[in-house]
Order: sequence, then structure tokens, then C-alpha cells
Amino acid sequence: MNKAYIADRAVRVILLFAALLSIIIVFMIGLFIFKESLPAFREVGATSLILGSTWRPSQEQYGILTMIVGSLLVTVGAIVLGVPLALGAAILLAEIAPGRVRGIIRPAVELLAGIPSVVYGLFGMVVLVPFIRAVIPVKGNFGFGLLSASMVLAIMILPTITNIAEDAIRAVPKEYKEGSFALGSTHLQTIVHTILPAARSGIVAAIILGIGRAIGETMAMIMVIGNAVEFPLPLNANPLTLFLRSARTLTGNIAVEINYATGIHASALFATGVVLFILIIIVNSTARILVRGEHYG
Amino acid sequence: MDNQETNASFSRRLFSLQHVVDETPIIAETPRASIGSQEAIVRKQLTQKIVFGLFWLTGLLAVAVLIGVVGYLLVQGAQVISLDFLLTPPQGGLEGKGGISTTIITTLYLVILTIAIATPLGVGAAVYLVEYAGEMHGRRGLVPVLVSIARLGVETLAGVPSIIFGLFGYVLFVLYMRFGFSLLAASLSGACLILPVIIRTSEEALKSVPKSYREGSLALGTTQLQMIWTVVLPAALPGIITGIVLSVGRVFSETAVFYVTLGGSYRIPTSLLSGGRTMALHVYYLAMDTRAFDKAMGTAAILILIIIIINAIINYITHRVSVSLGR
Repeated sequence: MNKAYIADRAVRVILLFAALLSIIIVFMIGLFIFKESLPAFREVGATSLILGSTWRPSQEQYGILTMIVGSLLVTVGAIVLGVPLALGAAILLAEIAPGRVRGIIRPAVELLAGIPSVVYGLFGMVVLVPFIRAVIPVKGNFGFGLLSASMVLAIMILPTITNIAEDAIRAVPKEYKEGSFALGSTHLQTIVHTILPAARSGIVAAIILGIGRAIGETMAMIMVIGNAVEFPLPLNANPLTLFLRSARTLTGNIAVEINYATGIHASALFATGVVLFILIIIVNSTARILVRGEHYG
Repeated sequence: MDNQETNASFSRRLFSLQHVVDETPIIAETPRASIGSQEAIVRKQLTQKIVFGLFWLTGLLAVAVLIGVVGYLLVQGAQVISLDFLLTPPQGGLEGKGGISTTIITTLYLVILTIAIATPLGVGAAVYLVEYAGEMHGRRGLVPVLVSIARLGVETLAGVPSIIFGLFGYVLFVLYMRFGFSLLAASLSGACLILPVIIRTSEEALKSVPKSYREGSLALGTTQLQMIWTVVLPAALPGIITGIVLSVGRVFSETAVFYVTLGGSYRIPTSLLSGGRTMALHVYYLAMDTRAFDKAMGTAAILILIIIIINAIINYITHRVSVSLGR
């Protein structure tokens, strides 16, 4: 009996360590990446590193602003293309579609979530890029660029947003709906005026988590975005042609160059990682706070 | 569980109610409907039909995207898939000659290693958080603070983008620990990536074990550890396995982490310290460095098939569990 008690105590301590491992890893990630980026911050200076728009490692110019802009633009593109689709699908699944249809669409959406990002990247390269090159006859449009990348990303964040938003809509208490019906509202009025406002914070959290996924995506972006390190500017008088430009994301910058970079160059890539890490933590904490604020009386 | 059941039957009833509301004109004199002449009602119903049509369109579009991506790559990939493709090693070069045999083996090595590292740690963490930390609720002192920090850690880790894990693995395992580009470095980095997945799914599985199981065991005079080992873990096993299968899928799909920690050589790794190339990485290298798009699509098709199988396994286990627990 005594032996069993001692074993119980010992295992408890070991398991506590296992439980704390996640936070230890988070801490170590922060520590290592920040420590490795220090030389770049010291040599280049935080301002010219983050706000510098020229990235030419061969000439020791390390400004990552173009990559920040690239990441933000492609995320905006993905949100504009993907969110209406994802929310429409979520409302359909939660409110409108009969059980049998939901039984087909929901697993399909879940399957989309599991498909490797390189597969989406490959699909972008062989289908979307040639398509965009062919249908938009603008000089300098090579297909590889922000538009293709936004489309690929929109597909990739669709399952994330749809699943979480559907759960949020389903979590709205039935009484709200019954009350609205009892007042004579149609189903559509109930959805628009009662259900969606009640599920708002959950839906916003879903979109924010989608943004987090979009900012963090790496390989699929490298494959379709073109990776040019120049400031994306419109190709002609129409400002939207900006999206036909090749660009580079923060994630892509790290992945493409880290394995051969040395010295300050490598350190500047870790600084890119620091910016990305901070960006993601802000985005995800916002989503977490919103989800936590979700209460139904 | 009871709650879920009532919810289900309730929503079924509600659905029939909805049907009535959708189809019949509003008769009662309600504040909103009072101005509603017959014409206004017809207009309302028309608007609803149009908007619902748009919702249907988005849902169908989502499915169409899935069928488009998966179908296209499966059909194109099927043209190069053969036994020969699976059993010959890649030869490299601009033409991307050869098959994918070595990448399959490397992927399997990496999956086994990563899962072997992450599973005990992840399940252990979940056991602590569910079985031991539960009783800390409302107490004061060091341990409850550690528990809430631990939970924050799991949540944060789950949101970290994979390239950050890659960067971390590269600096810590590849450079500092001098493992080089290797299976060991890659699987340690990969284990960090899947750790939150295993913790979260195991937690759910443990929470679904009825309290009466635990009480019964403790009443027989077992220690908490004996109870966990002989009663709770066996009961939670299907759910824990679901989490592990899910993580296997993650390792199959992951590219960014292994791109910066595994090296990319297409030879079979001979030891823990030699590098390699997974199937997902092979898709990337074929697409970016060679002209062999057909072979990239063949490899992608096989990856898609594996993911479909993994999803089917998860659905099967989940279904069996819900049947056996009478849910």
C-alpha cells in the first residue's frame, strides 16, 4: 500500500512536468528565436529592419517591410475571397441544410482541412496560376502573385472558419430562435436579426483564427506567390492590378533562405520570425479573448 | 450526455417547427406582421428564398472546391501511379526521373519517431490536466498557478505557425545540439508541433469517461494512479487513438517544419542522424525544382488518398465509441 502511494506521488510529479512541457517549449521558442535575432537588431537597428523596404542580403540590406506588406496583402485577399464563402457555408450547415445534406458537406469540409498545404500549392501552380495568366490580359501578369496566393489561401482557411463559425451558430440557445419565430419573423429574419448577432463573437473569433492560419501558411505561399522581394505596386492605372504582382511573405522569407544563410543574414531571418511570432500571438490572443467572452445567460 | 440527447431531439422538433414557419404565411397579428399585407408576406418569402439560394450556392461551392482540388489531382496523379512508381527510388535531376519509394520509407520513419516522442508526453500532460489538476480547482498555492500556466502553454503552442517550429528546430536541434539535418532533429521539431493536438484530443477522451468509473475504482481501495492506469486510460483509449491518428495525418501533411530540419536528400536515411525527404517534401521539390509536374501530382494523389483513409479511420473510431457509450 505504501509503495503504491509513493508511486502515485512520483507519477504525479512526472506528469506535472509533461503538462508544463508545452509552456516550456513556447518559452524556449521565444527565447531562441529572440536571442538569434539580437545581432540583426543590434547591427541593422530595429527601425531599419522592420521599416526598411529593401531586402538584399548580398549588399547587407535587411528590411522586412516588403514581406510584412506581402503577408498582410495576401491575408486581406484571402479574407475577402474566403470569408463570405465560409460564413455562407456555416449558416447553411447550421441553420438551413437538412441533416442528410449536412452529413455530406461537413465531412467534405473536414477533409479539406486535412489536405497537406503543398497539395494546395501544387494545385495553385498547375491550375490557378496558368488560369490567371490566361484570363487577365495585363502586361506583367505572370500568374504567380498575390491573387493566386490569395485564392489558394482562401481555400485553405475555408474549413477553419466554416467549422468554428458553424459551432458558434449552433451554440445560440434555442429559446432565442423560438422567441423570434413566435414574434412572427421569417426564418431569414431570425437568422439575420437574432442568431447571427448572438453568435457574433464566435464568428469573429473564427475569422481571426482563419487570419492566424493565413499569416502562418508557408509552403503553399512559396509555390504560388512568386517570392519577389520588391514592393508590390499596381501594374497599371488600375490599383487592383497590385494583386497580380509577385510578392513574398514573412513565412516564405524564412523558409526560402534559412538553410544557407549565415551571420547577420541568418539573424535577420530570425528577426523575421520574431515579427511573425508576435503577429500570430496578437491575432490568436484576440481570438481567445473573444471566445472566452462568449456567454449566454 | 443526457443534455446532448435532449438537444438532438429538441432540434429535431424545432426543425419541424421551422418547416412550418418557412412555408406558411404569417397569420397572427404581430407588431412586425401587422403592416404585412398579403403582398408584403409574399415579398418576404421571396427574399428568403433568394437569400437561402445564395447560402446553398456557397455550400455547394465549398464542396465543388473540394471535388475540384481532390478530383483534379487524383485524376491527373492516377496517370503516373503504378507499382513501379511506388517501388523505385527517385533519381533527381531536372526531369525528376524515378519513383517515390525512398520518400515513402522516410515518411514512415518520421511518422513513427515523431509519434513515439510526442504520444507519451502528450497523453501524460492530458492525464495530469484532467485527472490531477481537476481537484486543484479553487485552491491556492503554487500548483494551481502552474496548472493554469500549463493550459495557457497548450493553447499558445497550438496556434504557433509551423515555420516557427521549423526555425526553432533548426536553431536548437540542427545547430546547437549538432544533430544536423536529420530524422532526429526533424522528429523532435515535429513532436513539438503535434504535442498540442495529442494533449487536446486526449483531454477530451479522458473527460468523456464517466465519473462513476473513477468512483467505483477508488471505492475498491485503489490509488489514483492505479485507477488511471487500469480504469480510466482503457476507457479513454479509443479517443486517445483518434488523437494519435490525427497527429499521424499532421506529420504526413507537414512540410514547412521538415523543409528546414530534414535536409531533403532523397536517399533512405541510414541512421537517426541522417537526413531525408518525406512525400510532402518530394511534392514540393518536384514542383519547384523539376519539370516533373505529373510526378508531383502522382505523389500528391497518394498523399490525398492517405488523408482520406486517415479521416475514415477517425470517423470509424468516433462512431464506434459513440455507439458503445450509447450516445
